[in-house]
Amino acid sequence: MVEVYKINDKLQGGAICVSGVSKTFESQVGSEVEALKDIDLDITPGEFLSIIGPSGCGKSTLLRLIAGLDRPDMGEITLDGEKIVEPHYERGLVFQDPTLFPWLNVYQNVESGLKMRKVNSRNDEVQDYIDLVGLRGFEKSYPHHLSGGMAQRAALARALVNHPKVLMLDEPLGALDAFTRIKMQDEIQRIWETRKTTMILVTHDVEEAVYLSDRIVVMSPRPGRIKDIISIDLKRPRNRSDEDFFRLKTEILEILNFIKND
Amino acid sequence: MKHRFKLFLPVFILIIDLLIDYLLPNTQGFTKPKIYPILLSILIGIYVILSILSIMHNKIYERLLKLSPLLSAVFIIICVWDLVTSKYNLLPLPYFPGPEKVFGDLFSDWSLILISALYSLRLLFVGYIIGTFLGFVSGVLMGWNKKIYYWLNPLLKIIGPIPATAWIPLAMAMFPTSFMASVFIIALAVWFPVTVMTSSGIANVPQSYFEVAKTLGADEKYLVFNVAIPASLPTIFIGLFMGLGMSFLTLIVSEMLGVKAGLGWYINWAQGWAEYSKVYACLLIIAIIFSTLISILFKFRDKILSWQRGLIKW
Repeated sequence: MVEVYKINDKLQGGAICVSGVSKTFESQVGSEVEALKDIDLDITPGEFLSIIGPSGCGKSTLLRLIAGLDRPDMGEITLDGEKIVEPHYERGLVFQDPTLFPWLNVYQNVESGLKMRKVNSRNDEVQDYIDLVGLRGFEKSYPHHLSGGMAQRAALARALVNHPKVLMLDEPLGALDAFTRIKMQDEIQRIWETRKTTMILVTHDVEEAVYLSDRIVVMSPRPGRIKDIISIDLKRPRNRSDEDFFRLKTEILEILNFIKND
Repeated sequence: MKHRFKLFLPVFILIIDLLIDYLLPNTQGFTKPKIYPILLSILIGIYVILSILSIMHNKIYERLLKLSPLLSAVFIIICVWDLVTSKYNLLPLPYFPGPEKVFGDLFSDWSLILISALYSLRLLFVGYIIGTFLGFVSGVLMGWNKKIYYWLNPLLKIIGPIPATAWIPLAMAMFPTSFMASVFIIALAVWFPVTVMTSSGIANVPQSYFEVAKTLGADEKYLVFNVAIPASLPTIFIGLFMGLGMSFLTLIVSEMLGVKAGLGWYINWAQGWAEYSKVYACLLIIAIIFSTLISILFKFRDKILSWQRGLIKW
């Protein structure tokens, strides 16, 4: 029996526990690269957590481990106490590249999430999610006719239609222009507030992280470690020109060594 | 005014063709009834009717205008053909008959050509369907499963490059009827390109499609049938086109060598009687049938891959 969810159902659970996780890859030249070393991280249900750090700090690797696409060499990751061993629709993932299926139109792409779970899709259900991401009127469009922002909205709807307990976003707005990015940040916040899904956002953009997150995990590379975790206690919706906003942004840039303190 | 001239140019040329044929004496000797002038008159009639229709329908007008230089060139070539053969006998007989002889034979021998065409189509259809089906299955298995790839790839590499027609002597001995032997050979010729393109298409599907599908809850069956196969359809179609080309070649050769029916057999038979005009007539029919089949496959592809519209052009 597969559960069928309605768009306004409140979620149960969504707690991620990462304990003692290490992951090593073999690089192309044959040497070993420690992508992650001794990562401990607890994410509470309904939290918006961002992971930030320079390239090669293992933030995407951590996301892939939580998604179940890769397995850690040491340690374990649990969702609501259950060990993660393989991908599952309860842990949705959106990549920087929307990776919509080009042979399906927007409606069919969103519907495909349900079909993979072998749920009989109800027309209004798919439509609800298309409306949620603001793509009404584009149901019949094929992916290559969509702009980058629209394609990413469709990818969001496709991940959301399965009602994941955790939604992971791997630099989802990285390829978009600055204006679209700001607009999409508001969309993501709105969806998060509607759905109260646990969200884990990997990003390069400090401002984006401060704008959206409850907590920000700052990582450092070689080996990938957690350098610091900063709580953002600003009231939502946040004001980008606010003094406290600017202070937090500066603080994170300092941790990342982009601003030198004398 | 300029457009009107362009529109009616093919008709002028057809009338000139007709006049030349009427005024100059035939030197090759011909059969009655005179098919070539009748054919020219029919073409003139059709073109005039289309021109009248084009006054009312803009679409017909534009297509006709676009086609008219090409049609004019074709009708000029036919005229030159008539001059160098039937009229002035510049090319040796029986290898180069004139249009009167070729169209005449096409007309007088149409029932045999039709039956031959039907036999060929039946053989082609059965062989192509079997070869495509087996090629698709083995291609998907090879592209998806590393173990199957390990065992099938050497076989593919050794058997694939052998021209299917080289199997004809063996196939004739192995199969009870020449029909079955030909089906085997055509299927083999189609199987190779379809397998290669399908398996490489599936192996080259971006990994991210599978990863996204897995995080959405897809099982292996879904990954194969709803991700891998649709994603590799553009490549699979290249294999289907290559296979179709191979099947034409193999069909005609195997009919020339062993089968006692079909267009290949007809060409061989006509050549045996030194009736080269019938060979040309048959070639004309082969050209029409095969290019129609290719157009059908193109239409089919455009329908299946409609999501690609504006994305890829070939």
